[in-house]
Amino acid sequence: MADPMKIRAKLDGDVADVRVLMAHEMETGQRKDSAGNVIPAWHISEVKAELNGKTVMKANWGPAIAKNPYMQFSVPGAKAGDKIAITWVDNRGDTRTDETVIK
Amino acid sequence: MKQTRRTALQAAGGVGAYAALVSIGLLRPGQASAAEVSAAFKTQGIAATLKALGAEGATESPDVVINAPDIAENGAVVPVGVSSKLPNTETLALLVEKNPNALAGTYDVSGIEPRVNMRIKMGQSSDVVAVVKADGKYYMARKEIKVTLGGCGG
Repeated sequence: MADPMKIRAKLDGDVADVRVLMAHEMETGQRKDSAGNVIPAWHISEVKAELNGKTVMKANWGPAIAKNPYMQFSVPGAKAGDKIAITWVDNRGDTRTDETVIK
Repeated sequence: MKQTRRTALQAAGGVGAYAALVSIGLLRPGQASAAEVSAAFKTQGIAATLKALGAEGATESPDVVINAPDIAENGAVVPVGVSSKLPNTETLALLVEKNPNALAGTYDVSGIEPRVNMRIKMGQSSDVVAVVKADGKYYMARKEIKVTLGGCGG
């Protein structure tokens, strides 16, 4: 199981500013190890954000997203106490969901 | 008898896997299929990637904004923001021209404000291209980022 994400969700008016920091290697599949073997790609391929269980944002990522991905976006129509949940799935099928309460 | 049962089970397995993906919300019927999206991640160069995304002939628009540094010291972590001032913006995508595969990521932003900040890797100095789908039409913007240290290893 992967390490937890850090999620901050701060309310400004009725817009929630969401910042997510995920822990993931994001190996590109382009690099080689010291023996010259290609290190296989290992990256997050799908990301989903939910506001109170309703999907508001979905993303597809390639290996060009930087290691330990950071993402920031704004969710309108939010209020204090609402829940933001982020889910990612990587190309090995590993997945993780974390959630936070909007402040 | 056995033969038909096996084929029936195999067929059911395929449908089941798709249904499972639909049910966890990663795939929506009617949306670009997962296969199409993953094909777009394998293309090289801007033109081929736009074609794979179905965004051929995207028009350049000043309403698509790329917020990124002119010079990035470390290509392994380049902060880039993409935003759109166009009404009814549905998706954002970011492409890096000279990366081994141009497409970095696509975002379905119909439920959020059309602005996403992220960090990407760049192998070398290159143009980045943001593609926005709004009202069923594609728009794009371009910006050059100089990289002093490449981020794709090797």
